[in-house]
Amino acid sequence: MRIATIGGGPGGLYASLLLKRASPELDVTVFEKNPRGATYGWGVVFSDRTLTSFREADYKSYVQITDDFVIWDAIDVRFKDTVVRAGGQVFSGIARRRLLDILTRRCLEVGVDVRFEAEVHPGGADDYDFVIAADGIHSATRTRHEGHFRPRISEGASRYIWFGTTLPLDSFTFIFRSNDDGLFQVHAYPFDGTTSTFIVECDERTWRGAGLDRSSEAESIAYCEKLFAEDLRGNPLMSNQSKWISFPTLKTKSWTRGGEPGTAPVALLGDSVHTAHFSIGSGTKLAMEDSIALANAFEERNGAAGDPDAIAAALADYQMERKPIVERFQEAAEQSQSYFESTRRYQELDPEQFVFHLLTRSGRIDYGNLRLRDPYLIERVDRSFSTRAGGHERAVVAPPPALVAFDLGGVRLANRVVLSPVAEGSSENGSVAGPDADGLRDALESSPGLVVTDEVAVSAHGRITPGGAGLWNDDQVSAWTLLQDGTTPVAARLNHSGPRGATRSRGRGIDRPLGDGGWRLLAASEIAYGRNTVPAALDERTHDEVLADFAAAAVRAGRAGFDAVVVEMGRGYLLGSFLSPLTNQRADDYGGDRERRMRFPLEVFDAVNGAFDGPVCASVCADDWQRGGATAEDAVMVVSELRQRGCALVEITAGFTTPRFTPHLDPYYLTVLSEQVRNECSIPTLVGGDITTIDQINTLLGGARADLCVLRPHR
Amino acid sequence: MRVGIGLPNTVPGTRPDLLLRWAQRADEGPWSNLGVLDRVPYDSFDPMTLLAAAAAATSRIGLVTMVITGPLRSDLVLANEAATIHALSGGRLTLGLAIGARPDDYDRVGVARKGRGARLDHQLAELRDAFEDGSVGPVLNGGPDLLVGGGSDISLARAARYADGYVHGGGPPRAFQRAATRARTGWSEAGRPGDPQLWAQAYFALGDEDTVGRGRAFMRDYYAFTGPFAERITAGLLTTRQSVVQFVRGYAEAGCDELVLLPAVAELEQVDRLAQVVGG
Repeated sequence: MRIATIGGGPGGLYASLLLKRASPELDVTVFEKNPRGATYGWGVVFSDRTLTSFREADYKSYVQITDDFVIWDAIDVRFKDTVVRAGGQVFSGIARRRLLDILTRRCLEVGVDVRFEAEVHPGGADDYDFVIAADGIHSATRTRHEGHFRPRISEGASRYIWFGTTLPLDSFTFIFRSNDDGLFQVHAYPFDGTTSTFIVECDERTWRGAGLDRSSEAESIAYCEKLFAEDLRGNPLMSNQSKWISFPTLKTKSWTRGGEPGTAPVALLGDSVHTAHFSIGSGTKLAMEDSIALANAFEERNGAAGDPDAIAAALADYQMERKPIVERFQEAAEQSQSYFESTRRYQELDPEQFVFHLLTRSGRIDYGNLRLRDPYLIERVDRSFSTRAGGHERAVVAPPPALVAFDLGGVRLANRVVLSPVAEGSSENGSVAGPDADGLRDALESSPGLVVTDEVAVSAHGRITPGGAGLWNDDQVSAWTLLQDGTTPVAARLNHSGPRGATRSRGRGIDRPLGDGGWRLLAASEIAYGRNTVPAALDERTHDEVLADFAAAAVRAGRAGFDAVVVEMGRGYLLGSFLSPLTNQRADDYGGDRERRMRFPLEVFDAVNGAFDGPVCASVCADDWQRGGATAEDAVMVVSELRQRGCALVEITAGFTTPRFTPHLDPYYLTVLSEQVRNECSIPTLVGGDITTIDQINTLLGGARADLCVLRPHR
Repeated sequence: MRVGIGLPNTVPGTRPDLLLRWAQRADEGPWSNLGVLDRVPYDSFDPMTLLAAAAAATSRIGLVTMVITGPLRSDLVLANEAATIHALSGGRLTLGLAIGARPDDYDRVGVARKGRGARLDHQLAELRDAFEDGSVGPVLNGGPDLLVGGGSDISLARAARYADGYVHGGGPPRAFQRAATRARTGWSEAGRPGDPQLWAQAYFALGDEDTVGRGRAFMRDYYAFTGPFAERITAGLLTTRQSVVQFVRGYAEAGCDELVLLPAVAELEQVDRLAQVVGG
């Protein structure tokens, strides 16, 4: 059986080596278009876990690779003239050139035919029995059958350039430096005794502003050497055909292609099938892991015997094994990439919080995990967090972020954990009762920092379901008063139904219209929510009524003993219907551009703020998750206005503006929105999603992504 | 976690009398539910009709579709069938629905594949209304509980919007756990009180090499539409007592409420062999 490997990078060489080693009868040829020893890039980084898999796959190359390694166990972050070190992060680096040399020699040793300066044209390997396409991101093999493989490439928003330097480093080092042009960041790590990789990154605006889009390689080097003079300590930057580029992320629907008469079966491998942002790991690592999986599948299915069915089964195994793993890695890489694209937002953070955020950026490392790796760092993070919140800087114990008190517009919350029990709809005529009352009592008894009620209607028509609670009469005030224990603060979520409303109890599904038993619905425009009845557009009379109802409910909330109120501006209800262009198509002063769409919700906020003696918060939809809908930029505008009007806290929600939104059930999506609103508007945020552990809360708070979190403990 | 067992209604060549004896044997315990699959252009028994017969042949065990392809069926005829089985069985039906993964089901039945997600949304709302209002079929306790299957965030959000729970399509416990976390997130984001019911399934074939071989042959044929992945799905078949025990434990720890073990071999001994491993 004859195998052609197109591309003599680490992935192609390693796959060829492992296949040939397992089945010496195979005829394996590697075609590399460049001469031997010609390489781009400086160093390659591997984690402990990757090394373990190398050890199992081929001990000889493993030993040679590790003999050449530089090993370190810390990440240093230089930010605002301080250096914060995070320990317990073991990585190793090796020169890419050296790695290629080891793998090439090892290939030759086992009898792989490695041909340099040998190009294979599309179709040129069709007479082989099997083709491994390790020919990089611009893979001609993949392009030839693009309709089958279905690749998608998206370009990152930042620009970066890859240098080497003689600066010796004892850690993975991130450097953040600003000048008049903007903010630049460096990812640097050692890889042999004399050289370190030094990647410089900045956003597009900064890059153009600095004139780097028009600079030669030498000019770029001079610019960066000047900017990072203090960090480089006189060491030069070295080029290797360095160019400023945007990071291309490649995802491929199908990784393999079966053979047919005239064409060989193909496995894509490494950069030809996927790329992941360099900030969480190297493409080399992924390519070599692909190689191991491919070789294992081949061996398990006895593909070396050349039976087409066995090869097909091996290819299926390879894809099933690797694709989900790589997809999860790419998800984390995207999170890391988007972090580095928005570092401008975090410049106001304290160094400890900045570093904690950086280390937890991809969701793969959390608070508990970091505490195991470096307890001293977490101690510093805790201390700076509690000091910032008013704690004494020499306090004997610095509590973890979740347990640090919070000042909500003058109301002291003992901790940062919020409970918000979901109501079944057991209230009677708007007076909270039955299981819903029990749920709130239970929540209060478990001593969270704050309890936020489910929706509280400001009028009978403002309810969502007939069993919803309200604050439109004095009986309701008494019912709420009876519930409160006077120790745990409680916030009422004031709401008026909108396109969503007049639906049946949520016990057996949401948004199920009441039909004949329903009531008049109000909205920005006459657009029905799914199967619901068409709402009436708010007119002058109902405008005044709703405003008065919110103000009166706010007064009653004060009398009922609520410590705070939240004005509901999301989730498809009345105020939310004004904010979104999907649901607001008014031609008057309350529709049209952003300023007009937010006018009525802001009027309501002011009315509530004037009527309630205590902190007033708002719940905002930070992304409609729907084409043509409101986005995070819209939310930032609304929240900036709210902040100026004295809003004490913003709760972040997303979706549900219409029933046709695209759900994102990974809690990560909400926390990113929360982080953006919080740090762009300088306002405290409350975030939910599916936060089930205190560890998750510590991670979110410690990284400045939110200030309070809704906990939903699982059974 | 409770454990149920499937009827071999899609295993080709299954004799009709075996199905009813199987149902009765399962009714004797220790199983919580009796599950059926749905496949139209295949040597198989219709799931709804079979559950009606099983309702008459049993007295205790729950009856569940794991799952039926909803958009192949007219909303109200399905509501009528389901309400009838629910009433005949004294309220033992749970109705699991999904868009299904097999193109030929749609093509042969003559239903367009395009827009099937939206049709399932509509169907779920219609079923719920029909069961609750009693406008179609006999009324019993608000009708059967509804479950939704499928792996995408859209399917999970659909379960949260209309159903009482989620059915996972199969795989190792870790895969279930990831889906379960997303199902709960969808549930709380939708403002649903309580927790979703979390259901899951797996195939088993217990016995000598020949028996296991027949189980594998069925899996390969049943999942042939997935192409080369059929081999991988077949590899997930639980063929030893040890693998069943570990699998059940893994699912229990991952937060599953109801695990239904589906037979890949249509022989009555399978019920007893499984009972020896998963007692009570």
